[in-house]
Amino acid sequence: MELVVLVKQVPDLAEELEIDASGTDLAREWMSFVASEWDEYALEEALQLRDEAGGRVTCLALDTGSVDELLATCLARGADRAVKVGAFERGPDSHTAARAFAAALRTLPHDLVLTGVQAIDDLDGQVGPLVATELGLPHVSVVTHIKLAGSAATVHQEYAGGLVAEFEVDLPAVLGVQTSREAPRYAPVSRVRQIMKTAEMEQVDVAVAAGSGLTIEAMSVPETGRAAEMIAGSPGAVADRIAAILRERGIVKA
Amino acid sequence: MSNDIFVLVEHRDGAVAESAYELLGRARELAAATSGAAVALVAGAAASLLASQLGAASRVIAVEDASLAEFTPAAWQAALAPLIAERQPLLLLVPNSGSGMDVAAGLSAATGLPLAAYAVDVAIAGGSPTVTCQLYAGKINVRVRFDGGRGIATVVAGAFPAAAGQAAGSPAVERVAPAAADARIRFRRLIRPEAGGVDITKESILVSIGRGIGEADNVELAERLAAALGGAVSSSRPVADAGWLPRTRQVGKSGLRVKPKLYLALGISGAPEHLEGMRDAELIVAVNTDAHAPIFGVAHYGAVADILEVMPALTQRLGG
Ligand SMILES: Cc1cc2nc3c(=O)[nH]c(=O)nc-3n(C[C@H](O)[C@H](O)[C@H](O)COP(=O)(O)OP(=O)(O)OC[C@H]3O[C@@H](n4cnc5c(N)ncnc54)[C@H](O)[C@@H]3O)c2cc1C
Ligand SMILES: Nc1ncnc2c1ncn2[C@@H]1O[C@H](COP(=O)(O)O)[C@@H](O)[C@H]1O
Repeated sequence: MELVVLVKQVPDLAEELEIDASGTDLAREWMSFVASEWDEYALEEALQLRDEAGGRVTCLALDTGSVDELLATCLARGADRAVKVGAFERGPDSHTAARAFAAALRTLPHDLVLTGVQAIDDLDGQVGPLVATELGLPHVSVVTHIKLAGSAATVHQEYAGGLVAEFEVDLPAVLGVQTSREAPRYAPVSRVRQIMKTAEMEQVDVAVAAGSGLTIEAMSVPETGRAAEMIAGSPGAVADRIAAILRERGIVKA
Repeated sequence: MSNDIFVLVEHRDGAVAESAYELLGRARELAAATSGAAVALVAGAAASLLASQLGAASRVIAVEDASLAEFTPAAWQAALAPLIAERQPLLLLVPNSGSGMDVAAGLSAATGLPLAAYAVDVAIAGGSPTVTCQLYAGKINVRVRFDGGRGIATVVAGAFPAAAGQAAGSPAVERVAPAAADARIRFRRLIRPEAGGVDITKESILVSIGRGIGEADNVELAERLAAALGGAVSSSRPVADAGWLPRTRQVGKSGLRVKPKLYLALGISGAPEHLEGMRDAELIVAVNTDAHAPIFGVAHYGAVADILEVMPALTQRLGG
């Protein structure tokens, strides 16, 4: 079973995001990046499937010049192979990313391609279905519970209200992973460091047209913190005020 | 090519989903600005029968076939892509739901129409659509335009009022057969959630915890606060994913939509998928260590504080 996982880094949301002078992009100089949470679920699921069915897990990342640590972490977690795709100054839009991944996948064996269900930085959509359509493969997003059975996989797709559909999907296929059966395994930092020093990452060159067909007119920070009346002070003072509000409104007895 | 605004209608068990009304209401306003029509696009085994629930549409296109009895991404894409490519609506609105995400991106790739995802607003400016999308889990908004003037947008639940899309009447139906079939994904069964001990949609006070709760042992702090308030504990998705609370307590897109008198959002960032489940609560009080957490954008009261300290203090103030 050839399992491929598409991985990327996204800005760390614990840090403040700022818009640059152009008004259409983030100020990127000081941004710190983390592995996209859902990609970690996708990788964990791939590793579990490999351990059950045998085969290989290959991680693919678009080469933005700063993905060595991301890929080394994948290897430290147990991936068999890491491949950098293309050469990009910065992360491209989803359509361009999908064309690049599709071009790379044409040269790499794949029975199942797993992506994160989404990435928080995404603008123009879901890379998984775009890659699938480029390659003429079926795709399912918002997937949990992947089970392999011969040349097909059984998967769950989640809907509102806790409803779940079960599908049988012919392989090869592309799945967008919502969550893994177990929490993503830990990669010891020492092991990641060692891999970064010793491992040779493979590289696949691709030539693809760029562009998503969207033009950004303006970027803005939604007015958070304006709508809410903010309560200042120590945790005790916050508790006092919340208790008072609930009493004033008759939500709790005075 | 047309100036029509298409709405992809979601439905289940013979009933049109709330999202269809939210999108149709907006589509009507947009169509008025483009001198086009608001067209409901429905796929299913008996899609045309749903027309009587779609009175707000100018007309209904029903893609009807036995093979469309249950949703699968492959069948929907095969059936709809040629139709969209041929009719060239100005805009196709798709709900940003589990199935909508699949269909919209697939259609975008198959038709070459650009896709604006996570839309919270859609307008017409100079005859073509502009779409405001959420990025970075709701921390940034971006306004985009389609380069060719036409495109697809997936719209977040609750972005537009449903009332504007609910009208009596049964519009004219155009029945079409799916252009192609694709059976590489086969529907097996629908799994309905098990009824839990507590129905959070019926509780009037919810103490809702997110990843900020830190670890399983801290859930007890929320249980004590809920007991002092006479309410129940609910959660964001990561808390349910971790198994710290049952899935039946999850609020949001893939959980439940709640409308309590009081929603205490504790250590919840306020991602769009969470907000769509609770933004209509009568009173929202949010506590979070991050002053820029999007939850403060929908809360009535907020505090930048550590919930592990605020929860016991509040429990004590309430005599718990
Ligand atoms: C298709 C799909 C469906 C989804 N459905 C749902 C859904 O139904 N419901 C849902 O909730 N999510 C859903 N999600 C996930 C959603 O995108 C977010 O990942 C999720 O809502 C984040 O949960 P959170 O706010 O608890 O965690 P985080 O975003 O990690 O936020 C944790 C917050 O806690 C704060 N914090 C940390 N420590 C403390 C402390 N000691 N005191 C106070 N604050 C603290 C942090 O500042 C942060 O803001 C869905 C995602 C997808 C793709
Ligand atoms: N450079 C990249 N840009 C976009 N998506 C990527 C990239 N690399 C990997 N992906 C995969 O596509 C998934 C969905 O991303 P998105 O469509 O941007 O929300 C991610 O979770 C990754 O698995």
